[in-house]
Amino acid sequence: MADMKTKTGTTVIKNTKIADGVFDMTLRYPEGKAPSEVKPGQFVGVFMNDASKLLPRPISICGWDPEKRDLRLVYRVAGKGTKELSEASSGDAFEVLGILGNGYDIRVLAGKRVLLAGGGIGAPPLLGLANALAGAPVPAQVTAALGYRTADLFLKDEFEKTSRTVIATDDGTYGFHGNVIDAVRNELVREGELPFDVICACGPLPMLRAVKALAKEFSVPAYLSLEERMACGVGACLGCVVKTAGEDPHSHVHNARICTEGPVFKAEDVEI
Amino acid sequence: MKNDTGRRPDLSVVIAGVEFKNPVMTGSGTFGSGMEYAEFVDLNRLGAVVTKGVSNVPWPGNPTPRVAEVYGGMLNAIGLQNPGVDVFIERDLAFLEDYDTKVIVNVCGKSIRDYLDVVEKLADLKRVDMLEINVSCPNVKEGAIAFGVNADSLFEITQKIKRVAAQPVIMKLTPNVTSISEMAKAAEAGGADAISLINTLTGMKIDVERQSFVLANKTGGLSGPAIHPVAVRMVYEAAHAVGIPVIGMGGIASWEDAVEMMLAGATAVAVGAMNFADPRITEKVIDGMEDYLVRHGIDSIRSIIGAVK
Ligand SMILES: Cc1cc2nc3c(=O)[nH]c(=O)nc-3n(C[C@H](O)[C@H](O)[C@H](O)COP(=O)(O)OP(=O)(O)OC[C@H]3O[C@@H](n4cnc5c(N)ncnc54)[C@H](O)[C@@H]3O)c2cc1C
Ligand SMILES: Cc1cc2nc3c(=O)[nH]c(=O)nc-3n(C[C@H](O)[C@H](O)[C@H](O)COP(=O)(O)O)c2cc1C
Ligand code: FES
Repeated sequence: MADMKTKTGTTVIKNTKIADGVFDMTLRYPEGKAPSEVKPGQFVGVFMNDASKLLPRPISICGWDPEKRDLRLVYRVAGKGTKELSEASSGDAFEVLGILGNGYDIRVLAGKRVLLAGGGIGAPPLLGLANALAGAPVPAQVTAALGYRTADLFLKDEFEKTSRTVIATDDGTYGFHGNVIDAVRNELVREGELPFDVICACGPLPMLRAVKALAKEFSVPAYLSLEERMACGVGACLGCVVKTAGEDPHSHVHNARICTEGPVFKAEDVEI
Repeated sequence: MKNDTGRRPDLSVVIAGVEFKNPVMTGSGTFGSGMEYAEFVDLNRLGAVVTKGVSNVPWPGNPTPRVAEVYGGMLNAIGLQNPGVDVFIERDLAFLEDYDTKVIVNVCGKSIRDYLDVVEKLADLKRVDMLEINVSCPNVKEGAIAFGVNADSLFEITQKIKRVAAQPVIMKLTPNVTSISEMAKAAEAGGADAISLINTLTGMKIDVERQSFVLANKTGGLSGPAIHPVAVRMVYEAAHAVGIPVIGMGGIASWEDAVEMMLAGATAVAVGAMNFADPRITEKVIDGMEDYLVRHGIDSIRSIIGAVK
């Protein structure tokens, strides 16, 4: 029983504000305790130091540096837990559960024309994906379409290093005025075609629904990164399910666990 | 860990003739079938794995959101999603074959017949050491009222299950009743070999910004450290009302909480929601209990059961 998984104590290396309410955090694993494999699209459960907050906060992996054992998380302050996170400074400690869930298979995406569609705080995991695709043996041609509320953008410059980038803002203060799907229709659809081999999307549910419809309309396969309230994060509590088109592998009731079978699903496999 | 006499204290307990290597079990529904946590916890160290509620046919459960955090606890309205007893036997019980721990199968149903179907299917299986009957399930026939909130129906279901069960039967009581003693007595009168308590307390959480319920089901079961004092009180009352063993649970977050529950009258304890906060919590509770016995020079954990009158 030598290789038991456990909660791991990590140290905050950096925690900086990169936009209104959005923070960029680096957590360092102790030597010998780093996860052996980390894929874009996977997530960790971050435990709060205030024990009255029982449950781990699921946060996607934005970046992973195996040499430094540094995990990068980009998160929005959405409630009490993420507020506690935002108040941390370097040297503080947080326990982390994971790496959790199934991420993207880089081999499947390598060499393809990939459209990344990110809405708001859905952008960080896609940045991890863009960087992994750029570093793949056969790099993919990546276009990132990113939607923000306003011109208070984050991670845009980093996407631009590897990807063609299209920006949409809800209030029109930067780039395309409207949502990310309309930006894709306006700026990327050419002669009735969506010139991509695959779409990877992460963002709020209405956006994911629109991506699913778009993918169907243009017959492009799509992967969606889903979110749900979680308790265990490891597949035990059945809190985090999504309706699936086929029988799920756990309960055979068309309810797959986002933390275990997901969070990345093929669009046609989930009923959202 | 050794005490004055140089021997390790004896952590084993016996319930209805079944010997457990220690009194620490997992709370049904918080540990899957053990499979989900096997990479985190050495299942061989546990007194027992209590599996997620299983019904005669697959149940899809409730719409999401199904879980919410509250101060010092959580609400859940999973709705007993499970693959049904056939898949459970083939996959989950088969997985547990390889482990040296007792297996208690938690059973749910919407009618007495549903329960009996599951109990009958489990009857021949050697891997099943005990049954735990969740009477907090909605009784569809009686209009979605739980079996466990009425002493007469609790007596009836206990008696009917006992007639067909091959393994000893634990009736798991709901705390959402006026008198837990009365329910404990009804289960004992029906022939239960043991009772376990508490299941979750019905609660509700409203998102004040969105002005809506957090859970799709509106209400959910409260568990975690927030309910521990209620659980201790109910275990104490139940243990004084009946002669059969009591398995205590509700908000156990440390070995102190587990010892407290045993002092109140529990023969064994189960850890539920805290598995989510620390997957290794059960092992820590076992270690802490052993340490406690050593410090107090107690040879057997059995001598603390109900020691505080
Ligand atoms: C797989 C996955 C990946 C995620 N990745 C990121 C990310 O990279 N960056 C980011 O900013 N956010 C991400 N989220 C959302 C993030 O988990 C929530 O914003 C966060 O849990 C809110 O916690 P809180 O304590 O601040 O909010 P509170 O509202 O105080 O939290 C109360 C409880 O609800 C849960 N909760 C609240 N909102 C959500 C939500 N949207 N999704 C899931 N649980 C929620 C909390 O975990 C906690 O248990 C992700 C969610 C999932 C499921
Ligand atoms: C997510 C979740 C699922 C549960 N599912 C079941 C179940 O299937 N059957 C059951 O009898 N009790 C179930 N319970 C109740 C627990 O087994 C336990 O009685 C209760 O949560 C109190 O203990 P705790 O505070 O340690 O969690 C569930 C509890 C939780 C939190
Ligand atoms: S969070 Fe418990 S099963 Fe996914």
